[in-house]
Amino acid sequence: MTDSLMMVLPEEILSIGSIVLMLIAAWGGQASTRMISWVAVAVLAGATIALLGPASSGGVAFDGLFRADAFAAFSKVLIYGATAVAILLAPRFFKQTSGDDLRPEYPVLLLLSACGMGMMVSAGDLLVLYVGLELQSLAAYVLASFMRRDTRSAEAGLKYFVLGALASGILLYGISLVYGFSGSTVFPQIATAYGAGHSLGLVFGLVFVFAGLAFKISAVPFHMWTPDVYEGAPTPVTAFFASAPKVAAMGLAVRVAVEAMGPAVDQWRQIVIFASLASIIFGAVAAIGQTNVKRLLAYSSINNVGFVLVGLAAGTQAGVAAVLFYLTVYVVMTLGSFLVVLQMRDAEGQPVETIASLSGMSRTRPGLALAMAIFMFSLAGIPPLLGFNAKLAVFDAATAAGLYPLAVVGFVASVIGAYYYLRVVKVMYFDEPVDAGFPKSGDIVEGGLITAAAVFVSPIGWLLLAPLGLATMAAARSLF
Amino acid sequence: MSGFPILSLMLAIPTVAAVGCLFLSPAGARWLALIATLVDFVLGIGLWANFDIGGAQWQFVENAGSVGVFDWKLGIDGFALMLIMLSVFLMPICIGASWVAIEKRVQEYMACFLITEVLMIGTFAAQDLLLFYIFFEAGLIPMYLIIGIWGGANRIYASYKFFLYTLLGSLLMLVAMLWMIHYTGTTDIPTLLKTDFPRQVQTWLWLAFFASFAVKMPMWPVHTWLPDAHVQAPTAGSVILAGVLLKLGGYGFLRFSVPMFPEASSQLTWLILALSAVAVVYTSLVALVQSDMKKLIAYSSVAHMAIVTIGLFAFNQQGIEGAMVMMLSHGLVSGALFLCVGVIYDRLHTREIDRYGGLAINMPRYAVLFLFFTMASIGLPGTSGFVAEFLSLMGTYQVSTVATAICTTGIILGAAYMLYLYRRVVFGDLTKDDVRVMPDLSLREIALLAPVAAVVLWMGVYPESFLAPMRGDVATLVARVDRAKPAGDSLPTAGHAVIPAAHGEAR
Repeated sequence: MTDSLMMVLPEEILSIGSIVLMLIAAWGGQASTRMISWVAVAVLAGATIALLGPASSGGVAFDGLFRADAFAAFSKVLIYGATAVAILLAPRFFKQTSGDDLRPEYPVLLLLSACGMGMMVSAGDLLVLYVGLELQSLAAYVLASFMRRDTRSAEAGLKYFVLGALASGILLYGISLVYGFSGSTVFPQIATAYGAGHSLGLVFGLVFVFAGLAFKISAVPFHMWTPDVYEGAPTPVTAFFASAPKVAAMGLAVRVAVEAMGPAVDQWRQIVIFASLASIIFGAVAAIGQTNVKRLLAYSSINNVGFVLVGLAAGTQAGVAAVLFYLTVYVVMTLGSFLVVLQMRDAEGQPVETIASLSGMSRTRPGLALAMAIFMFSLAGIPPLLGFNAKLAVFDAATAAGLYPLAVVGFVASVIGAYYYLRVVKVMYFDEPVDAGFPKSGDIVEGGLITAAAVFVSPIGWLLLAPLGLATMAAARSLF
Repeated sequence: MSGFPILSLMLAIPTVAAVGCLFLSPAGARWLALIATLVDFVLGIGLWANFDIGGAQWQFVENAGSVGVFDWKLGIDGFALMLIMLSVFLMPICIGASWVAIEKRVQEYMACFLITEVLMIGTFAAQDLLLFYIFFEAGLIPMYLIIGIWGGANRIYASYKFFLYTLLGSLLMLVAMLWMIHYTGTTDIPTLLKTDFPRQVQTWLWLAFFASFAVKMPMWPVHTWLPDAHVQAPTAGSVILAGVLLKLGGYGFLRFSVPMFPEASSQLTWLILALSAVAVVYTSLVALVQSDMKKLIAYSSVAHMAIVTIGLFAFNQQGIEGAMVMMLSHGLVSGALFLCVGVIYDRLHTREIDRYGGLAINMPRYAVLFLFFTMASIGLPGTSGFVAEFLSLMGTYQVSTVATAICTTGIILGAAYMLYLYRRVVFGDLTKDDVRVMPDLSLREIALLAPVAAVVLWMGVYPESFLAPMRGDVATLVARVDRAKPAGDSLPTAGHAVIPAAHGEAR
């Protein structure tokens, strides 16, 4: 039992930390926000450090309900990191929103969400999976509507909640089918049932489980909520939605696909390939007409999820490693882009979100424009930026598994995607400035994070390719 | 010099200078860019001087180990050496050409050019398949910015077209590269060059590479991005586009398509010859009716590049040597022609041919140099263009007499449109007031054009200097593809014996 408790140490730190912070928030009130934010970051750092112990190498905890392996640990590092960034982004954003101050609940909710996401990627049982998913989602619904006076934010929260609940229902239905036909909720036994022979009930269960998960990763055709929620939610929350929960849900999908439904690879591969291509193509085409940066990035995230799924479609160890590598690069690019979006303010300091307001940014804010251009080219997958290496990794895995048609269609569709990323660069570099440009924030944390993200994505990041490759391979090996 | 990472140094210097340019004043950025490109040129001369002709196929090899999935592995053979020389030679000229023409955002402009230089040298020097792809593809970013920021009125459209067109082709090539990597388990180009790929797959791989290189080249009918990009790009952008970036396609055919997939190349030679023959005639005719000088030269580039492709697919020494000389010659000549257009564009700010006329009267020095490059473009004996066209067509004749016959008309048509252009711009009466006040070439402009003229003459009179480093590689290549050589229709066929006449013997 103590072994098991040691293996869930990060989750313990996060849940105890968030409960204590919630109590402090209850008594400390608004004044404690700043302190709680920093403590929350420290708690996340503590949870990351705790990953060094049995939490990353322990194996199976609580009789198979929970996995503490390298795969979970790698995903958790990404999740905790992205959550910490989302906490750090918030104070300056909320300073300018009219009447909606940053409240101390914000970091607490993020911590709870991070705890849920940690459980998602560590789940070894369908019910643990569901509990983790709901913990993450419930916190996320509240976060989406965090600007209470803003109707768009409220709409985003409600929309997210209603559609999220529907997806949870679909997922639960799938879980019940799988349980009914396999007689277990633990992954290895489910895998045995899938391996035993063809069963229509199990296939139906698989389809419903994947549909529920597709909603969480916002893969087409379950993506409808994404643009609205991303646009309405406060920008730091959007940055969070686009990064950490994506990693968690993808990690979860990979684990379910490989560990629980591994023998049924031929069945789920069709679903994954369809969702992948549909996401790549739809995410690219629908983004072309967007005028709002946040909506654009929402479609970009749909597009990117499609590419991540290419790695999963391979269904091999290399494919899983590629998924993790892609997610790492994707999280950095996305957070970096949203950090730039946070700098977009008019002269009064009010946030602006139209792409047109980026006009001529290369003249008014050359450094910021360069960083954004790096993120955009990287998202488009143009070498020598790391986004190319990420795409290369997933397509490498897919072609190694013989999925050449998928690779060809995926690559061709990525040209469509390149168009709208180029459009952002065009607006920044080719168009004349409309006004004085965005005022400088002078915020060291945000500036530092943007610089770090841009350097990571730039060719300097090649230096990290070898260690990252080792880490992702080790993580992938733990699943097979 | 062996062991000294001279190629990496040639990549590092412009990179560092590009970053440095961003932090300097406009004047400082100009000087830094000029110095960096000149240093690279000097290093390039060092490269050529130390290149052991007849020595190992791959020289100046360096391997800094694995970077993730690919290796940082550089090395050059004779083909790469000559193309690197072309790049480093044209680069200082480009910087000089933009000295006064570019007034806004000089620092970023110089940084873009330096990065372009890095990527071009890297593409030619890469010995790793993926490293090659990275350099090859990354060149899109600076060119996109150069066309889009400093280009003409319709620059946005041109920049998109350039970017998306070339990206689409390249991604298909990447899929083929992934297949090759999985098949052989290596990304090392020298190893891949010795690999025999299965016949059935070769065709697919060849077509995928063709999709990329044909767009880059550009071959008819996927050439349409080129006139747009050229017309809209600033002068130096056109020079580098025509001078070096178009050579990436030819280099790709030479390095990958022909030696790696000989059977497929042989099987699809008809496609290359047909497209090239169409290109020569069609684009020459299109060039004849252009009213925009840059567009005219852009179309002439497509015609000249078609001569490169037919030479490459001739499967013999003359053809391949001719193609290489054509690439070098075209890089110099069309680059110089774009500079000539830039000279008068800087004065009158129009590229309309009809706005000029009679320049021979008030700009005699300009008229002389322009005439020289016009003649070189036509292929006058004594200039590099003649050597190139002659060798290339001679090689192709052994494969297909029909294609050669059609492509030879390109020389006539080329003379037609170039001389027509020259007559309208330089000869005639000096009737327009604003043209009359145009000053002759400045010292800076002469310093840009004279070295190019000297090299064009050198290549025309004594091409051996340029052919010698490549001879060994050409021989290797020809030996490699010999087994798949197409039969050709120019070989003498055994005649039928004449039926002896009947001498009136009585029956």
